[in-house]
Amino acid sequence: MAELEAVIGLEIHVQLSTRTKMFCGCELSFGDDPNVHTCPVCLAHPGVLPAPNEEAIRYALKIAAALECEIAPRSIFHRKNYFYPDNPKAYQISQYDLPLAVNGRLGGIRIHRAHLEEDAAKTIHLGESGRIHGSGASLVDFNRGGTPLVEIVTEPDLRSAADAGAWARLLRNTVRQLEVSDVNMEEGSLRIDANVSVRPAGSETLGTKTELKNMNSFRFLERGVEAELARQRELLEAGGSVVQETLHFHPEDASLHPLRSKEEAHDYRYLPEPDLAPLAPTEAMLREARESLPELPEARMRRYEDELKLSAENAAQLAADPDEAAYFEAVHGDAGGVEAQAIANWVTGELAAALRQADGGAAAESKVAPEALAALVAMVGERKISHGSGKQALATLVAEGGDPAEIVERDGLAQISDSGELESIVAAAVDANPGAAEQIRAGNQKAIGAIVGAVMKQTKGRADGVEVNRLIKEKLGL
Amino acid sequence: MLELTVAQAAGKIAAGEVSREEYFKAWREAAAGDELNAYLWRAEDGGGDVDGPLAGIPVAVKDLFCTEGIQTTAGSRILEGHRPVSTATAVRRLAEAGAGVLGKTNMDEFAMGSSNENSAYGPVLNPWDRGRVPGGSSGGSAAVVAGGLAPCAIGTDTGGSIRQPASLCGIVGLKPTYGAISRYGMIAFASSLDQCGPLTLDVTDAALLLNVMQGRDPCDSTSVGIEGGVEAPSREDLKGLRFAVPAELAHDAIESGVREVFIATLRRIEELGGEIAEAPLPHAEHGISAYYVLAPAEASSNLARYDGVRYGMRVEGDGDVVEMYESTRAAGFGDEVKRRIMLGTYALSSGYYDAYYGRAQKVRTKIAADYAAAFDGFDFVVTPTSPSVAFGLGEKTDDPLAMYMNDFFTVPMSLAGIPAISIPAGLAEPDGGGPQLPVGFQIAAPAFAEQRLLDAAHALEQAIGFDARPGAATDG
Repeated sequence: MAELEAVIGLEIHVQLSTRTKMFCGCELSFGDDPNVHTCPVCLAHPGVLPAPNEEAIRYALKIAAALECEIAPRSIFHRKNYFYPDNPKAYQISQYDLPLAVNGRLGGIRIHRAHLEEDAAKTIHLGESGRIHGSGASLVDFNRGGTPLVEIVTEPDLRSAADAGAWARLLRNTVRQLEVSDVNMEEGSLRIDANVSVRPAGSETLGTKTELKNMNSFRFLERGVEAELARQRELLEAGGSVVQETLHFHPEDASLHPLRSKEEAHDYRYLPEPDLAPLAPTEAMLREARESLPELPEARMRRYEDELKLSAENAAQLAADPDEAAYFEAVHGDAGGVEAQAIANWVTGELAAALRQADGGAAAESKVAPEALAALVAMVGERKISHGSGKQALATLVAEGGDPAEIVERDGLAQISDSGELESIVAAAVDANPGAAEQIRAGNQKAIGAIVGAVMKQTKGRADGVEVNRLIKEKLGL
Repeated sequence: MLELTVAQAAGKIAAGEVSREEYFKAWREAAAGDELNAYLWRAEDGGGDVDGPLAGIPVAVKDLFCTEGIQTTAGSRILEGHRPVSTATAVRRLAEAGAGVLGKTNMDEFAMGSSNENSAYGPVLNPWDRGRVPGGSSGGSAAVVAGGLAPCAIGTDTGGSIRQPASLCGIVGLKPTYGAISRYGMIAFASSLDQCGPLTLDVTDAALLLNVMQGRDPCDSTSVGIEGGVEAPSREDLKGLRFAVPAELAHDAIESGVREVFIATLRRIEELGGEIAEAPLPHAEHGISAYYVLAPAEASSNLARYDGVRYGMRVEGDGDVVEMYESTRAAGFGDEVKRRIMLGTYALSSGYYDAYYGRAQKVRTKIAADYAAAFDGFDFVVTPTSPSVAFGLGEKTDDPLAMYMNDFFTVPMSLAGIPAISIPAGLAEPDGGGPQLPVGFQIAAPAFAEQRLLDAAHALEQAIGFDARPGAATDG
């Protein structure tokens, strides 16, 4: 049997951070007492009508523009009918065959569509099952009901769980930068379902898919998809077949469990929403959406790779977060001719580690001013201080802030420049390590580390490593 | 005092000749004498102190309109005792013009019916003959105006629910253009068709109420209002106006008495200088079929919210929430409502949508196009409002299809979204004999041409001089 290729598409719900709900004036809230942000409209009292939230439409247009979608000149709302206590009208206002946006792309993955809809209320079913059927009582909190959502559906272009996770992060970073959503998976302002199938590598037809829900972190998304791919591969390799179903991810043990078919068997009886006029964004709204876009992570990543010649890994790391990127660029701008890659190494390596150690937050909020880091990296680059001394000075900067030149001066971190002094330290170190000296002479270059280490210990890291290497070899007559 | 039209009473109140408190009180006393089962709730005070064009005018309000703190049932058991937390925009606008709610009127449950026999609170009786229906679904609103229990009323019209009862009760009923008056606070039956309108003693009063209620409302994104509003009609002739009679009308089943009054009215139009000609409206006859797919489809969705969770009736059942839903809806809805929910649910079901809802939408588009074409050459389209005079209580309750045919002449305008008015044109006996009963004449105009419609209806009304009144109100 040919190798089985993974085929993964994602369905993403982004909760918009507008001031009010999608179709009424209730404020959005998180963590307030239940049912305090409600009104006759979002409780579906008799006689009420929805009034669309223009801010939500503007936010959705921004997302559509960022995903390079074609925006429909005229899209319409539909009613998606189903009975459930989280849905007081017994229909969700959503978009169906004429969505707001289609045919976009992000990070090489095609976007099938993006549309506006309203969120459901929160329900808790009391009783053992945790489901509505057979529960003794169900509690509903309507605060969330009616929150504006943008649903984004990708084409099935992702080929591994890791890809799905990486792409989901790119999407999160992109939407976060638009400032239209908190995009927090743990809090539910970003919710990602995955459609997963496998097929023989090279095949053009799609296998039977399953839909994975309830993965409320990027790690759980990756684990859920991974587990499902393994299950499907095993099933098919054993001669079985995949059944189309919805699976719930259980984070405790990364297991997947089918939802009961009764709760799944919906005929939504879509109906064009007669209470709402078609959504026809004006030219000005479209222009505003496109022109308000900042440089987004994907474009920034490309710029870092192409123009600044950063490694792909560093480019992705630094481009993801606009604040981190701005910090990096500020350091780069202040560092004169220092190579961008060297700065990237310091920002993502030494600085990140130092901040982690100090329990610090983001670089931009730390005491390390961009120009200070720039000066420090320049000193190391010019071999005014050793790399080790640079790290030492950085630790001080993280703790206290200040000017690296002063710290170097104060703490005596300057490179030992008197080559006579360094020569005698090297000579002593070679004499004290005859075994290592012997090995080096025999051709084992790695053995030089022991002698370099001894020199660094003696000089408290202030010696220039390159010079020390040269002097050791000279001393050994190599 | 109770013989005055609304415009006359408002004039006397404004001139200080009639006290608004006394006027309102007199109507409260009249309403208290309701023997037609037309009211579901009556005001115990009122008269108001708001100045405006309707200062002191009592209005009977169909129980489909939400009224803050006042029971609003939509004629259904499932909303028994429901007290809305806000007031419908149309009612609020009336109040802002000085009018007060005199009472809430009985109606077919959720506005589904043509006889008022589908009310959970019993049928309304026709003031002309208490053995007959007043029409529906705004039957209570028509009966109170015709029966001397209110000077004016408002109702809603989805497929004829203002015009048909106005016709059967011998008063004026106007369905404005879709979008003329806000639907906010009007309990939805079929949202793409529902429209509020007045039921009055004459065309002038209809214009007065329409002008107060119309207008764009931010709470109803489908509302647009009538640009410039409408003025009191004053036209006396119909010179230069062209009236189309649907060419297909001759084939339709119309009672002979109704046909005679209709033809006499056409002659009257000609006497006033109007021109009459036939115009093809070939798809109008499919209106009923399309309507009885589209309206139930929307209703099945609109009525899904009555689930016992948040308001209204709740029947617990003996299981989980789903069983509670089922028990509540089984007990709370009447037969006709259940029938339409089932029809609509079926029509929207996956696999049937295109064959039913999709095709019905296409028919609707063709009907609208028929009217648009007719209005290229004509100012108005005219028909009888109802194929018959008021029929007997119970006469059609076992035959839903026969009942649906009552809407034959009124449904096409609803589907096309255009305004139409029914004015009383004379009296006729039912086929097979019986008392002399009112016959309505329907005039339809292009969208938002309400002023033209009211002007012509006024000229015709003056010429007809219909002044018959039911005996019931004074007898009772």
